[in-house]
Amino acid sequence: MSFYGLVDGSEKSLLNFLNQLSGVDQVGAESRAAMLATRSIKTTSKRWAIDTAISMVDLTTLEGADTPGKVKALCSKAVRPDPTDSTVPSVGAICVYNDMVSIARTHLDSIGGEKVPVAAVSTAFPSGRASMDVKIRDTQDAIDAGAAEIDMVIDRGAFLSGKLGLVFDEIVKIRQVCGEKAHLKVIFETGELVTYDNVRKASYLAMLAGADFIKTSTGKVAPAATPPVVLVMLEAVRDFYSLTGRRIGVKPAGGIRTTKDAIKQLVLVNETAGPEWLTPELFRIGASALLNDLLMQRMKMDDGYYASPNYVTID
Amino acid sequence: MVATNRIEVKKTYKLFINGAFPRSESGRVFEVHSKKGEFIANPCLASRKDLRDSVTAARAAQHGWAKATAYNRGQILYRIAEMLEGRAEQCAAEISTTTAITPLKAQSMVSEAIDRWVWYAGWSDKLSAVTGATNPVAGPYYNFTIPEPLGVVVVTASDSFIDFIDAIAAAVVSGNSVIALVDGGLSVPAMTFAEVLATSDLPAGVINILTGSLDELAPWAASHMDVDGFDISAISKKKRAELKVAGAENLKRIYIADGKLTPSRILAFMEQKTVWHTIGV
Repeated sequence: MSFYGLVDGSEKSLLNFLNQLSGVDQVGAESRAAMLATRSIKTTSKRWAIDTAISMVDLTTLEGADTPGKVKALCSKAVRPDPTDSTVPSVGAICVYNDMVSIARTHLDSIGGEKVPVAAVSTAFPSGRASMDVKIRDTQDAIDAGAAEIDMVIDRGAFLSGKLGLVFDEIVKIRQVCGEKAHLKVIFETGELVTYDNVRKASYLAMLAGADFIKTSTGKVAPAATPPVVLVMLEAVRDFYSLTGRRIGVKPAGGIRTTKDAIKQLVLVNETAGPEWLTPELFRIGASALLNDLLMQRMKMDDGYYASPNYVTID
Repeated sequence: MVATNRIEVKKTYKLFINGAFPRSESGRVFEVHSKKGEFIANPCLASRKDLRDSVTAARAAQHGWAKATAYNRGQILYRIAEMLEGRAEQCAAEISTTTAITPLKAQSMVSEAIDRWVWYAGWSDKLSAVTGATNPVAGPYYNFTIPEPLGVVVVTASDSFIDFIDAIAAAVVSGNSVIALVDGGLSVPAMTFAEVLATSDLPAGVINILTGSLDELAPWAASHMDVDGFDISAISKKKRAELKVAGAENLKRIYIADGKLTPSRILAFMEQKTVWHTIGV
């Protein structure tokens, strides 16, 4: 395997590559993200941003208490987020646990949601603590059930203790399992990586290993998708594109609950990676409560008065 | 000795939203002057976004407030009266400096307001006994009628501190969460009242107070789909019809007080629920 001709697959070449990356200016990243968060997006731009954000939502339910009924209801919502308004776009994907993949796929197909992909969280999500064999079979199981996107978690313990080769090899193996059938999103759990330098390293490591998307968090650990972390990851995909000519996607997940949060993310994308990334193919937002707030803001823009959660579904 | 050249410590007036004292999102303020034209304070001129934030806070707080026992709600409201008693002088001074009311009259007004608050507090655990019922039905059922709070209620007050206290107390005692809109000079004692609320164990968001322009905020409150009741007693007669129309979209209960101290003002923001229950063998 070539790994874009940047590394040869050995741990040594990987370390050489990652060690020549410059460190992240923490103060600079935080103030840049804070500055971009002050942009005021109003009227027609806001309308465009809301619809774009809806089309980027990976509508997620990852609870122990999930049932087939809940997943089906969520699938219906994914296809027609607002049943009273057919101009609302479908969401980017449905994100569920492995055993719910076939239920989601079948239901989506039966209600005209063929175009909405199902993403499965894999490799012993959310901890990533399982043997490689189990992780591979976990992934294969999800793909066999119809998952078109695999959200895998990295082994943070290995990453933090410096076993970067191990983390790299795991991603490469899961990438091979995915083959042409499924997109691979790699979850870092940035809340556990401690520093922005680690986030930058993990981003390059995952991209070199063949990730199609890099994703901030599982949603089970706080802090999750903070704007500076997303900024660092967007810089990484931008620089990786100029290095290799390939655009890798970014998926912030966890803690994005309001329209304002989502629009801040879109501003970050536009100003950091560039407008080419403002598409569901390259930017997704992992969320559950966010969609209702986006719908309520959309209602407010249409009706001229503030909306109530009584008029959107309880998920 | 009190130094005469001491730098004055002036109070920054803010809003009261979700148990905190934020400035208006808009950054706007307005001036309050005494009857003689002397500058008194710069209260916040709340914007519709402050109102929206208040509704979100009030909605989040309402369930817990309604679920608290009536006894507990009464205790907390009584605690507010205790705290207000300690601030009575300050309140009276603020009323007399911002209006034409004499200091003596202002003091008796504040005492009256506290008494009324206690009167309302007492109703919390008596409402269902007095206005609920076990209804006679021809069948093997119990049939109960129980009063329940509406949800989020916006109230208005313009000139009188007593009206302000009446409007809030009548809505909050039954388990509603309240957003009070006040304007003009009343904003000054109203924010003192907010400081009383902040030290009375009242859960955050149950009462929110916005100072500013009633004309600006009332239409947004009337049309807000997540507001269940709206007391428009302080709105001028000319503007009321427009608010009633705006409130019709979500069947908002719109209420105008008649100035009497009566429990029907509490019931205005409650609805009677009737429950059928089989009689066990």
